[in-house]
Amino acid sequence: MTEKSPTRRILGPFNRVEGDLEVNIEVDQQKISRAWVNAPLFRGYEQILHGKDPRDSLIYTPRICGICSVSQSVAAAQAIASAQGLKPTQNGQLATNLILAAENLADHLTHFYLFFMPDFARECYRDKAWFNDITFRFKAQTGSSTRDVLPARAAFLHMTGILAGKWPHSLALQPGGTTRPVESLERIRLLGTITAFRHFLQEVLFGAELEQVAALSSEEDLLQFVDQHNQHDFAQFISIAQDLNLNRQGKTNGNFMSYGAYPEDDHFLFNAGTWHQQLQTFNPDDIREDISHSWVNSIASPKHPFQGSTIPDSDETSGYSWCKAPRLNQQVMEVGAISRQVISGHPLIRDLVDKTGANVQNRVISRLLELALVIPAMEQWVKQIQPGQDFCQESIIPREAQGAGLVEAARGSLGHWLRIKNGRILNYQIIAPTTWNFSPRDSSEQPGALELALQGTEMGDDQSSAAMIQHIIRSFDPCMVCTVH
Amino acid sequence: MKPFNILWIQSGGCGGCSISVLNAELPDFFSSLKHNNINLLWHPSFSEACGQDFLALLEKIESGQLLLDAFCLEGSVMMGPQGSGRFHLLSGTRRPMFDVIKSLTEKARHTLAIGSCAAFGGITMSGPNPGEATGLQFEGQIAGGLLESSWLDTSRLPVINIAGCPVHPNWVIETLSQLAQGEINPAQLDSFNRPRSYTKHLVHHGCPRNEYYEFKASAKRPTDLGCMMENRGCLGTQARADCNIRLWNGEGSCLRGGFTCINCTAPEFEEPGHCFTETPKIAGIPIGLPTDMPKAWFVALSSLAKAATPKRLKVNSESDHIRISPGMHEEET
Repeated sequence: MTEKSPTRRILGPFNRVEGDLEVNIEVDQQKISRAWVNAPLFRGYEQILHGKDPRDSLIYTPRICGICSVSQSVAAAQAIASAQGLKPTQNGQLATNLILAAENLADHLTHFYLFFMPDFARECYRDKAWFNDITFRFKAQTGSSTRDVLPARAAFLHMTGILAGKWPHSLALQPGGTTRPVESLERIRLLGTITAFRHFLQEVLFGAELEQVAALSSEEDLLQFVDQHNQHDFAQFISIAQDLNLNRQGKTNGNFMSYGAYPEDDHFLFNAGTWHQQLQTFNPDDIREDISHSWVNSIASPKHPFQGSTIPDSDETSGYSWCKAPRLNQQVMEVGAISRQVISGHPLIRDLVDKTGANVQNRVISRLLELALVIPAMEQWVKQIQPGQDFCQESIIPREAQGAGLVEAARGSLGHWLRIKNGRILNYQIIAPTTWNFSPRDSSEQPGALELALQGTEMGDDQSSAAMIQHIIRSFDPCMVCTVH
Repeated sequence: MKPFNILWIQSGGCGGCSISVLNAELPDFFSSLKHNNINLLWHPSFSEACGQDFLALLEKIESGQLLLDAFCLEGSVMMGPQGSGRFHLLSGTRRPMFDVIKSLTEKARHTLAIGSCAAFGGITMSGPNPGEATGLQFEGQIAGGLLESSWLDTSRLPVINIAGCPVHPNWVIETLSQLAQGEINPAQLDSFNRPRSYTKHLVHHGCPRNEYYEFKASAKRPTDLGCMMENRGCLGTQARADCNIRLWNGEGSCLRGGFTCINCTAPEFEEPGHCFTETPKIAGIPIGLPTDMPKAWFVALSSLAKAATPKRLKVNSESDHIRISPGMHEEET
């Protein structure tokens, strides 16, 4: 059936996106010509935080999101520390890295096995040669992989049981470090936990040593690796990606941003920066939040988050989402593992993005690659902990100050901007990773990253077009509860 | 045997309770459900069905074609702005989520609030409550939320409040399993309709800092080993939960992680009226002492205990590692 004039459709609810998502599309000539992304839940954290003791943000902000809880804690702690002029102790920084890495890696794993792969077990793929194998392995809830993955994930998260009391929603992450000192013998237990997870990744996901995965340096390398390890889950995904041309789906403009992940002495494990065909430095002063298409009270031009506000206004007629539109130098930026790996210069991701850009396949590969890159770093961090040395230092809350906390959550760049007056929170603004990726249009009508990624997607009447929209959306590993908080 | 059908919906919350149930071990969450003959009809993070498939499932339940044994809500009920429910519409429709929730409570044989948000409003209700959030059958401590205080399901049970921020995975799995086996009656719920199975304990029970508590050897700084009640705002002696008996993520709990219990299973925990991590005091004596003990006795016992504190506890309580082991008299490090 051909469609003469463009038609509009509303898609939703989407699940496996951590929260609520609605997408409106316009279909013209059997292709998506325009898309509008809506985050339909508003809670109002910025108003909740106004007037509170700044230290209380460590209780409230992790509860913005159950899956990025530690990232929110780290950003909040960093914002307070920056207002205090405080630096975490060395042990505290190492423990923070370990807790954050535990969350980020558990999230990458959950995303791949529970949120992303089950879509390939949909009925619309029944005719595919891989359908039976994939359904056996990845079918939602019943696939054989859940019996491997859930125990491995839960055991790995014992890292948080030891270092942070529990996950999600810990108070262990403080401006000056962490609250749980580690004794000598406990380092052995932490290493044991990491090693068990390393073995799971090597034996189940990759079928190879993590160092071998980390050393892949080009698309050619990758394809050769996949040939040699074709029985493992990583290779299974690559084969599907090739069959469905997932490297042509869900393309954005290729502008990437990273705040820098896991501080180590004077540098990051994954560097901060931006990428527009080439590497550039990142300057947080260049961030503005545009609210022209948000259900947010708009009386002024786009503002930096230190000056911003978030007052809901459902009568805002030009609005179509509770989400604001953050821009860096007026540009739409994509954030996430792919951005981190392009910016920190991993040769495999640089090569893939050079050849096919930011797309469904490359986003998923970047996430899995990070599992292989971060575990060896975690092993080093545990070894660097010095039992007996301080884990946390304290400092008073200044009467008047401001500070920002910029971290990399699993799904991308997360920022908290805090202003303190009379020792209380005057203003607290949060820009989450999916706020960047799933933003609405801005005042110059530039669509957000997902809106752009959906444009041009084939939209036949068959179920597989509907499935492709699911792959594109989930390739960003969206977290909608963070997006609008 | 006919499976016990449950449907899980999220509204004004963070999704952390779902993420927490995934931490279940031996067995994992999906295996537990299977072993207990519980069929998860749909869950926002774990199911394949999306969009129209989900709306069709909802229609089948609401029209009575499909029997729903238990409806689980995670997150607060969002009434704002001005009671319109616009702050949370069901995606793909223009229908306020509170209307969907209400309708499901009428169809389901049992209704469960998963987490303190769904039970009492919780964190989403903090500050000026910008979202006009409420709980299913409580608004904070006051009975009556989205549903009347007198509301009962067809088996004459109120909304079962598995409160916590987040919930412990086993609180959810065990309560659902008991329910599936028809083993829950009103006497098993406490005055806030939380399962007594976990609220008959205090967080204090099993706390590794108990000896410090006995002698009022108190922590001052974040990493100190001493009891956190006197200075650091810990509510473990009042909070109703078995966190230090069951443990979290293998071997953790808030207190074992070095930070205070904020009493997250209680209604209105989100607004303590002071900084969470500082104990409010009058004339140097903490207010909010254990509830079931005469204050004068507590103060008298405390001063006696303080006077009798062994050097070992005094030294260790203000250190981030054990400096004096039992049986030793001088510092080892």
